[in-house]
Amino acid sequence: MPLVTPKSQQRAYDVIVVGSGAGGGQTAYTLCMDGARVLMLEAGRRYTPASETPMFQTPDMAPLGGVGTPQKPFGFYDATVDGGWRVPGEPYVRASEEYGGRFEWWRARMLGGRTNHWGRIALRNGPYDFKPHSRDGLGFDWPISYEDVAPYYDKVELLVGVYGSNEGLENTPDSSPGCLLPPPAPLVSDHLVKQRAGRLGIPVIPGHRAVLTRAQDHQGAPARLHRGNARAQKILAESMRGRAPCLWATPCGRGCSIRANYQSTTVHLPPALATGNLDITTDAMVYEVTLGRDGRANGVSFVDKTTGTHQHATARVVVLAASACESARILLNSRSAQFPDGLANSSGKLGRYLMDTVGSTVTGQVPLLESLPPLNEDAADGHQLYVPWWLYREQRAGKLGFARGYHIEFGGGKRMPGHDTAAGIEWLTGGSYGKKFKQDVRRYYGSFVGFDGRGEMIPNENSYCEIDPVVKDKWGIPVLRFHWQWSEHETRQAAHMQRTFGDIIEAMGGRVHPALQSDGAKAIAPGGSIIHEVGGAIMGADRGTSVTNRWQQTWDVPNLFLTDGSVFASNADKNPTLTIMALAWRAADHILERMRRKEL
Amino acid sequence: MVDRRTTIKWVITVGAAWPLFGPRIAAANPVEAWRGSSPGQGYGTDPKLLQVYKPGDVWPLTLTAAQRRLAGILCDLIIPADEHSPAASAVGVVDFIDEWVSAPYPNCQDARPIILSGFEWLDAESRRRFGRDFSAAEAAGQTAICDDICDASRAAAERRDAARFFAVYRDLTAGAFYTSPVGRKDLGYIGNVPLEHFDGAPPELLKKLQLA
Repeated sequence: MPLVTPKSQQRAYDVIVVGSGAGGGQTAYTLCMDGARVLMLEAGRRYTPASETPMFQTPDMAPLGGVGTPQKPFGFYDATVDGGWRVPGEPYVRASEEYGGRFEWWRARMLGGRTNHWGRIALRNGPYDFKPHSRDGLGFDWPISYEDVAPYYDKVELLVGVYGSNEGLENTPDSSPGCLLPPPAPLVSDHLVKQRAGRLGIPVIPGHRAVLTRAQDHQGAPARLHRGNARAQKILAESMRGRAPCLWATPCGRGCSIRANYQSTTVHLPPALATGNLDITTDAMVYEVTLGRDGRANGVSFVDKTTGTHQHATARVVVLAASACESARILLNSRSAQFPDGLANSSGKLGRYLMDTVGSTVTGQVPLLESLPPLNEDAADGHQLYVPWWLYREQRAGKLGFARGYHIEFGGGKRMPGHDTAAGIEWLTGGSYGKKFKQDVRRYYGSFVGFDGRGEMIPNENSYCEIDPVVKDKWGIPVLRFHWQWSEHETRQAAHMQRTFGDIIEAMGGRVHPALQSDGAKAIAPGGSIIHEVGGAIMGADRGTSVTNRWQQTWDVPNLFLTDGSVFASNADKNPTLTIMALAWRAADHILERMRRKEL
Repeated sequence: MVDRRTTIKWVITVGAAWPLFGPRIAAANPVEAWRGSSPGQGYGTDPKLLQVYKPGDVWPLTLTAAQRRLAGILCDLIIPADEHSPAASAVGVVDFIDEWVSAPYPNCQDARPIILSGFEWLDAESRRRFGRDFSAAEAAGQTAICDDICDASRAAAERRDAARFFAVYRDLTAGAFYTSPVGRKDLGYIGNVPLEHFDGAPPELLKKLQLA
């Protein structure tokens, strides 16, 4: 991988891309395949999935059986480097520690960022999701519609490889023919959920995840994605041939050494590097976008973490894709006489309207699933099936008490035994120990099904980030302070999730444990903890009330673009990553077009 | 007192990255992460993942020989040998317990006094009833004591702490046992092997469960 150090960087690039995750990876890919010269700056270290991924390691090979610790919160083998809920030397501040007022910020400091470990759930926003204000008067409309983004959803699905199905359901878009890979076969518990939830009128359909359930179409897809660009087609075909399909084992959260799922480091960056147009500097902590006398961005300043020195890189265009909050932080810290409150912040909206996903969880134990014969249920690591939001009509009629929907992710099965497998089951065993306990564990293993609601949060004035006046990180860069507040639209939705999951578990003949939480304010997971944080530099049709236009170009600085989740004007229940990538591709196409027209 | 749930269940904000499968001990709770661990302790934020670790490799083990003897007897009372698999102590559970109570992380440090004082309680109770330490008591005597504390919901008020200790200890013992190769085999886990294709649930099983 042609990584470069600050000293060996070329004198000028067409585009600087800050960040190497879903947004940065897609941006660099699109730009490089079409000939732009790109410098990517990543705050974390170089990371190589082919040689670093613990694919078949078992918990007994790890310290503490691999369970999560403050240093590796999602477990020892989670593909997160130097990150988690806290990053050493990089604090942030919370205006409140109250439950419901607290914001959690998951970061990673590694090439590919959080794409290395993400859940790979890849759902499209639907037509309603781009025009929420028009539908119910709350939040904001996007200045673009589903039709603007649909061709890019097709492209991203073809490029990264997404399984799923087309069901023709309301606000749950179908993909163009040939875009989706076949979904994996359901598990026993999936069949049970589908049957019993179905009896309650709840639709259960194949999930969508960025996992190769078969080899990619390396002959057809490259031509479809890069029409008229023979070199790009050749490079992409080679990259696709180098990706193996899923081997139906090993948790995706560890990353994938055979490149069977999407992570930026295995899907976006290899072909982008193969063009020869991409240089990547890792350990480069960007803290400022610098402005020329002409009012245009002329580059970025960063700390080279390997030497502690401050460096500057220049380019014709600057793209921030550092993650929603980190991009906002960089801009808020980029102060000048012209922009005393942060660059591109003439609207005062920078850092505002942070959103996460509404999350709530219920687990059930299902006697029908007890004592089943041995089954290999590793599958594609979950989300074979899911429930899209289904109560549009009731919501429109005002019957629900909250304005936006949620989808349901669920899973059960005989997963690899972990430290949770036999923990806390006295409520089932009566506190057995000895041979009886061993019989009990065999009986109950695989009989649990967990339900996670994932719902839309409406942006509000009380959820935002700003620069803390005092606290700085270990390089002296001022840090973010977070403010957070849910509205009743979110807490009522969380309570509805609890009731619904209880109903489904009951319909499965199961028992809920621990008990349902009827108070939505307690049932809702803390802000940020679902790690779907978006907003902070929302796009809009009006420069007075938004930070970027429909092309993710900042209103104030014409050669400054944002291609991460910061531009989201709403946060549909659909997990944001696929939309981040589709929008990044679209913005990069726009940058290329304007560079060709010499406007940038 | 630290609630047992927060002691042992490093639960569950799973949300984020992947769906939830059953009750998880591992991971994710941001509150726990904010409690932190001292810099320079533990395995750090970028440990070598491909290395195979044994208890004692990253931080020193701290239980005394007498404590380890008691630990072994107790974990074998919880998971004895049967016709399917050996006893807990045969697969390294004592080393795991020692690793856990010796670890620099907050949950582990919370568990340490619960477990050490639980050991002391077992010895004291055994001396009171049988005139000798728990390790030296007859099997029937050991079982009689465990019967009194194996279910916190039924334990007498004066034995609540002991019952809570027993629950923590059982969770740790079971976690270590069922994540060992013999524990996986005992449960009939047959995954973690590469497959060319995944066929899903067997049709005959679905038929039997009236799901097909």
